Amino acid sequence: MQVDQIEMGTVVDHIKAGKAGKVMKLLEIGENYPHRVAIVLNVPSKKTKTKDIVKIEGKLVSEESANLIALVSPGASVNIIRNSKIEKKFVVSLPKEVSGIAKCANPNCITGEGAKTLFRKEDGERYRCHFCERLFKAEELV
Amino acid sequence: MDVISIRDMEKKDIEGILDSAEAIHAGKKKPGISGKVLATLFFEASTRTKLSFQSAALRSGMEYIDFLPETSSLKKGESFEDTVKTVEGYADALVIRHPKEGSARLAADILGKPVINGGDGGNQHPTQTLIDLYSIRKSKGRIKGLNVTLFGDLKHARTMRSLAYALGMFEAKVTLVSPKGLEMDQTYVKELEERFKLQVSVKTEPEFSEADVLYVCRIQQERFADPLEAKRVTERFMIKKADLKGAKDDLVILHPLPKINEIENSIDTMKQAKYFEQAHNGVPVRQAILEYALTR
Repeated sequence: MQVDQIEMGTVVDHIKAGKAGKVMKLLEIGENYPHRVAIVLNVPSKKTKTKDIVKIEGKLVSEESANLIALVSPGASVNIIRNSKIEKKFVVSLPKEVSGIAKCANPNCITGEGAKTLFRKEDGERYRCHFCERLFKAEELV
Repeated sequence: MDVISIRDMEKKDIEGILDSAEAIHAGKKKPGISGKVLATLFFEASTRTKLSFQSAALRSGMEYIDFLPETSSLKKGESFEDTVKTVEGYADALVIRHPKEGSARLAADILGKPVINGGDGGNQHPTQTLIDLYSIRKSKGRIKGLNVTLFGDLKHARTMRSLAYALGMFEAKVTLVSPKGLEMDQTYVKELEERFKLQVSVKTEPEFSEADVLYVCRIQQERFADPLEAKRVTERFMIKKADLKGAKDDLVILHPLPKINEIENSIDTMKQAKYFEQAHNGVPVRQAILEYALTR
């Protein structure tokens, strides 16, 4: 399967197979995104047998935004492409805070009434809701 | 300074409040907060928390204004956020009780005046915890090293979660006794064990021989799907005089109240029963809390 190179944009590689859709959502690439986007699912991988890849033309994703990907796919790598060359490459790491994106799974949390959510990372890979103080695993947030 | 969660407080802050409450209680100190106005906003029922805060305000030379949800603009659909923003302009500090968890934190985030959490759903009740710690220290002279048995519905009672956290901070030993299905959340217990190296024992039957303090809370029958099971468990978890036969002579029995039928009435007159004294301790402790909130 052949996917064109991009001149300027972001390539997210080594995404856990099946999580490309969530990565798109976390990077806020929706149906109205005006440039080309390639989503390749179940690509053979030496490390993990299969992986997903997302290529986004026209958007240079910040490290802060990209790190949200670690919530669903720790170990994913991000390549920032400019002038058809890799300008920056990094592996995503869990963010210290997750604000506004994730919903609190506690049905009695005040954020269920519309307040903006905020989770802070604690020891291990768990996040605590700033409001109701419940702890969640990273993958439970999205 | 807001008082939202025991998690936000350092041990030295808590000790400062307990020392201050002790001095106020002994008549050696008057909090320097006279002339201020306290707003009490209770979006759900309360007897002790609300009245003791109002009493604490009056005894400290403050005035208070009281928000009553049933006669307020909540009835017209006004939001929680708009309500607290409005009341902020009428008072110097706000005490808020609300059934939603995180409500006091939300208020504290959007207001400039001090917010005190009077209980937010099943999450936190920090001022009750400070009263509990004060009552333990007053009765036993210390907290460190004591065996505190938490007894009853440990799954839903917010006072138990806050207290267990504070007991970890103060290096007490904790025994958890609850019916099957009403145990304290395991993730929370593990967190306390890891964070404070808290020694936690778990029992499913009433047994208090090692307890220095027995802290009781109500088993809520409505939590059970089977009414017969509810009746069996509430009877088994009702403390009777006979259950205390093997207990230490200087055992202290506490309860955040209201108690319904979980402690046999005849226990009320025993020297070990300290729960009404505990409720009365609410005034000097909340005076100290108001001073802490208004002067920091």
